[in-house]
Amino acid sequence: MTYLRPAFAHPDLPRNELGYTRKDYESALSTLCAGCGHDSISAAVVQACHETSIEPHKVAKVSGIGCSSKTPTYFLGNSHGFNSVHGRMPSVATGAAAANRELTYIGVSGDGDSASIGIGQFAHAVRRNVNMLYLVENNGCYGLTKGQDSATAEVGSRSKAGSVNQLAPIDLVSMALELGAGFVARSFSGDKAQLVPLIKAAIAHRGFALIDVISPCVTFNNNPGSTKSYDYVREHMNTTGHFDFVPMHQEITAQYPPGSSKEVTLHDGSSVHLHKLDDTIDPLDRRSALHALQEYKASGKILTGLIFMDEDSQDMHQVMNTCNKPLNQLTQSDLCPGNRVLQDINDSLR
Amino acid sequence: MKPTETKDPEFYHRVVDCQYACPAHTPVPEYIRLIAARQYTEAYMVNWESNVFPGILGRTCDRPCEPACRRGRLSEQEEAVAICRLKRVAADHKGDIRQFMPKVPREKNGKKVALIGAGPASLTVVRDLAPLGYELDMFDEQAAGGGFMRSQIPAFRLPEEVLEEELGYILDMGVSSHFNHRVTSLRYILECDYDAVFVGSGAPRGRDLPDLPGRQPGAGNIHIGIDWLASVAFGHIRSIGPGVLVLGGGNTAMDCCRTSRRIGGDNVKVVVRSPFKDMKASAWEKDDAMAEDIPIIDNHVPLSFVVENGKLVGMTFDRVEAFYDAAGKRTLVSTGEAPVLFECTDVIIAIGQENAFPWIERDLDISFDQWDMPKIDPVTFQSTNPRVFFGGDAAFGPENIITAVAHGHQAAVSINLLCSGKPVAERPPPRVTLVSQKMGMHEWIYDSPVSDDKRFAVPHASKEKALQDRLLEVELGFDATQAFYEAQRCLNCDAQTVFTETRCIECDACVDVCPTDCLTFAVNDEENALRPRLTMAANNREQPLYVSAELPTRRVMVKDENICLHCGLCAERCPTAAWDMQKFLYNVSLAELS
Repeated sequence: MTYLRPAFAHPDLPRNELGYTRKDYESALSTLCAGCGHDSISAAVVQACHETSIEPHKVAKVSGIGCSSKTPTYFLGNSHGFNSVHGRMPSVATGAAAANRELTYIGVSGDGDSASIGIGQFAHAVRRNVNMLYLVENNGCYGLTKGQDSATAEVGSRSKAGSVNQLAPIDLVSMALELGAGFVARSFSGDKAQLVPLIKAAIAHRGFALIDVISPCVTFNNNPGSTKSYDYVREHMNTTGHFDFVPMHQEITAQYPPGSSKEVTLHDGSSVHLHKLDDTIDPLDRRSALHALQEYKASGKILTGLIFMDEDSQDMHQVMNTCNKPLNQLTQSDLCPGNRVLQDINDSLR
Repeated sequence: MKPTETKDPEFYHRVVDCQYACPAHTPVPEYIRLIAARQYTEAYMVNWESNVFPGILGRTCDRPCEPACRRGRLSEQEEAVAICRLKRVAADHKGDIRQFMPKVPREKNGKKVALIGAGPASLTVVRDLAPLGYELDMFDEQAAGGGFMRSQIPAFRLPEEVLEEELGYILDMGVSSHFNHRVTSLRYILECDYDAVFVGSGAPRGRDLPDLPGRQPGAGNIHIGIDWLASVAFGHIRSIGPGVLVLGGGNTAMDCCRTSRRIGGDNVKVVVRSPFKDMKASAWEKDDAMAEDIPIIDNHVPLSFVVENGKLVGMTFDRVEAFYDAAGKRTLVSTGEAPVLFECTDVIIAIGQENAFPWIERDLDISFDQWDMPKIDPVTFQSTNPRVFFGGDAAFGPENIITAVAHGHQAAVSINLLCSGKPVAERPPPRVTLVSQKMGMHEWIYDSPVSDDKRFAVPHASKEKALQDRLLEVELGFDATQAFYEAQRCLNCDAQTVFTETRCIECDACVDVCPTDCLTFAVNDEENALRPRLTMAANNREQPLYVSAELPTRRVMVKDENICLHCGLCAERCPTAAWDMQKFLYNVSLAELS
């Protein structure tokens, strides 16, 4: 077994503003099955973080259990990581985000982890609008236990063993929209041109950002009849539009015909540009997004791209009016301001 | 771009940079793997079949393979694999190889070939034709065979026993050697009943500075480099004065100065017209000379020999500066300063050598060009007289041993075709195999992990000892352990990444895992448009792109061969074995297959 990543990189590898190359955002070589969609998602996270010059030590990766939840080992090797309990990633991420608001949180979960055992946790993370990127690596099966249908498998989808799923699927994208998420997207592991800018924008977005990434399981769910195989997704994929993420200080270079494109500025000054392919969808309108999802689903198509975004989303810290400093930076005098402050409070209540 | 024609053996050959750069196309990664496996005898035979003199070349080769080595392109600090010195390891550590030598038939095939000169080119022709039953007569004016390998390469770089051993393998093939026999007339040779004549007489005339003032009066202490080296090698010259100036910047100059240091030269200088960086000598030869306390003084053009009382006492030089025009052409312009005098007792002129064919009559149907060089076909090595072939320095001017060997092989093919009544232009195709290296999950027949070691330096004998003894070899060679680690630095560029588009599901796994970003799924386009928009722009245009046929998404797989590490990770991460690592073995066809 080699599993050894050579130390050499391309000599012309570009350096970002921090002086790092993409290599500095990589980690151990994946031990997932060869061809797993999850590895492409890891590569997309690496590319997105490198290109937006995120400092690796200011990122925390949080995951649950499953093939998807193993992947934080395979990207951002110089970042913080917490591989938690099955379905409990949202709780750990919520706690971490509450304690230190200065880190970028990347939660990695799967369809089993989020749509089955952790569905309650998922719902409340959305509801609380935790400031995090929540990646669902959705392959429609339990790959780690030999490919049983998961809760996101479509009715009629045929497994590798030949059985046909009879149970209605849970659509995490629709659910997040219903629960009030401020950034909702769907993508495909085999389409980095779409996925990378989505990840960049999701990280820049303040509040909960869900990207449901269809990520084929090459070993157990890439057979004819499966609705989450490479071939099926490619044939049925439709996208809301071309999507571009522009960091704050960069000039806008993409040119789109007037009228069809939308520009949205995020709280940090960066912006997203959406060149719409379907004029009936308005990704800034939650009802339009929900309607479009239903329409596409009814016609047997998979709608990908940015589905909904609320640039004025108020995250957990804003809603709860928490303190501005990370808890680990609070001093004795911050935490115990003394008798005078106590007197002031008491006086205010008289 | 059209799908790459990988059935053409030259595509994969080009990917094996070292082998492609070698004039004889020795399968370098193949023998390096054998060295790592401590199969030195087998490694030696891979070499011997291709380059005839592994022990000699492992010490003296000009190593065109090393500047081509992919490892040198990986980063600024990274150096090529020490290919040349690994070859020597095979020669130093080999077992008995006599059993593997081709058998020379007792019954001859009735064809006779004359060989003029007993240097590497002629000896290669013997190696290729003797086993086919040819009767061979070899003539040389020197007392022993080897040509310039014997006369011009000093023993401290190439010990005599190494030379004798490898000459022995050839001379024992039943060739009739006529040493101390100077051929003075090609007409006479052609009138004998030879079916073909091979001219491998080298470039025997060293350039002189006949018009420089003082050349005649100082003649007693002014030597021509290659003649002087030959005289030292054959024991006619045993000493030189204490102060020596060597003129010239090539490898012969380096050999002259280092030889001088060993036979009486205490104060030896090399003086060269050009800037240091433009010198023709190999970098390592310059390093070795400077390590023996020999300064190299560049940008000095000789003006005159200074002779006092009939004795050479020094030389004057004009200081110059080099200027380069837009095309890179150099002019040396005097700085206008006063001439510099370097005192000396002897001067050795090593400023190049030339061909000379006074012994070839000009009415033998052999055409000569404007520089008085014979017109030779660069593929067949045939002259305009179909029976006469040239090779080595005699063909196209001074080159090196490995080039002479390559010429010899091709000339032997031509001679065999001629003597078989076949057209010499119809060359036998190379012998090629392409075999999967897969042994299991993540397991390959070759060692796919990429070594991070820096290039190992070959140990040297101490300077004090080396300068005492002209015959003591300076380089000691790698021991088995060093050789193993150096061999592991080889990237196995002959383990080709072979792509089968019908199996590909375009999952991106190979693109994601490739440590050097060689792979891209891209919408097809012309090469010029495709190169800049790959995962990493393919800016090294000397290296090919490998393009697949169209895939189901109407894209193509494009691989930039430039800095592929041949680590096999693309094939390991491929779920459908669309990528495979396959060993490409390429051998130039020799006379026996023509």
